[in-house]
Amino acid sequence: MDIKETVLGILNDLTGNDVSGAMDDNLFDSGLMDSMGSVQLLLQLQGDLGINVPVSEFERSEWDTPNKIIAKVESLA
Amino acid sequence: MLSFEPYGNPTYFALLGVALLPLMIGLLYGKRSRLYETLISIFFLVLTFGGPKWTQGVALIIYILYEVALTWGYAVYRKHQNSGPIFYLMVILAIIPLTIVKVTPAVENGQASLIGFLGVSYLTFRAVQTMMETRDGTLKDYQVMTFLQFMLFFPTISSGPIDRYRRFEADYRSVPDREKYLGMIQKGIRYIFVGFLYKFILAYYFGTMLMPKLQVMAMHSRGGFLDLSWPVLGYMYAYSADLFFDFAGYSLFAVGTSYIMGIATPMNFNQPWRSPNIKDFWNRWHITLSFWFRDFIYMRLVFWFMKHKVFKKPTTTANVTYIINMLVMGFWHGVTWYYITYGLFHGCALVINDTWLRYKKKHRASVPHNGFTQVFAIFLTANMVCFSFLIFSGMLDKLWFH
Repeated sequence: MDIKETVLGILNDLTGNDVSGAMDDNLFDSGLMDSMGSVQLLLQLQGDLGINVPVSEFERSEWDTPNKIIAKVESLA
Repeated sequence: MLSFEPYGNPTYFALLGVALLPLMIGLLYGKRSRLYETLISIFFLVLTFGGPKWTQGVALIIYILYEVALTWGYAVYRKHQNSGPIFYLMVILAIIPLTIVKVTPAVENGQASLIGFLGVSYLTFRAVQTMMETRDGTLKDYQVMTFLQFMLFFPTISSGPIDRYRRFEADYRSVPDREKYLGMIQKGIRYIFVGFLYKFILAYYFGTMLMPKLQVMAMHSRGGFLDLSWPVLGYMYAYSADLFFDFAGYSLFAVGTSYIMGIATPMNFNQPWRSPNIKDFWNRWHITLSFWFRDFIYMRLVFWFMKHKVFKKPTTTANVTYIINMLVMGFWHGVTWYYITYGLFHGCALVINDTWLRYKKKHRASVPHNGFTQVFAIFLTANMVCFSFLIFSGMLDKLWFH
């Protein structure tokens, strides 16, 4: 499975929403994500993709839309 | 010898204007003089911590040397090794001075600790944050001189905003181009003038004119249910207004001065009174502090709890961590029953708020959302916040126990 699909799967799981139709929407502004969700995302990335992202690497403005998250994960993979 | 509260009176601003002028000309021509910046920093630090307050100055110098030794030592250590216990030990050592300063008044009948000085909390936040990012490996090239500039950056030393090492360093190492810098000057000056309105007119009115009168009336009206009365309600709103305008005013001075120095220190307030819920309120009120707590306590604790599967449900993890997070914030304000109750109140408010948001998400169709509910949500949030500030103010302590 490629990164995009995996990340979207995680995000759909976490937010309880299908985010694939709104790839540039701000997940924090819409209330779909919060600090708790961010940590869950980081842990899932670690578990599913083996990507280690320390909490202090998580600059919210760089992780606030599905597209940005996918780009970020691809850059770290 | 001259001695000032930072941004306390017109003379301070006059000196600030004169001192910043050469620096502004330099920045406009693309030059940042480290030497000059250091000199005016020392000058304003001496104004704040010298003269009659020299004991605070000595405490500051010893404290800074201590934190430099810790952060530097840890940065060198971290290049070769990465042990958990060492990291925890270093963090504990870094917060020991602050803990002593905060606990001393509670055990010594209100006496201030000898090692305390104006801004010790804010410096501790910066040092601990530097250490945590070193541990994570996100901060790789720790520099003693940059760390010193970051800690002792005079516009924000006494009460924040709490900047981040890497963000500060990026600004400090570069010079904004002329167009960008002109924009920063414009913003900076506007912030300072809005700050005048907030601090010297509005906070003065609410804090110096109104609050003492309401306090006297509230004390005279005791005897009813829990000693509450209309003047107590008035005091609650006046205190909240004073707290906001005083601190937002100060923050505008600090951010404005930073901008004029070509450093984009983050904003501390973003229209907090229009928050529709408590969670949003903390994204708008004392932002650099609440984000510090979010990033370095809340998220880290949640991460740890989830990784070690301490609680079965994510919601339990979130709720427990909210309470711990806000209790720590309460204790940080000081070891008194009202600060700790204030923290607990906000922890519980966040738990309730989150439960409601989850319910709303699930039952989106049946929960009405319109102009009226929006106004009601803002009204309710603002009043909950004002009530929490009444607890925070210590007024209830005076009403009940004095």
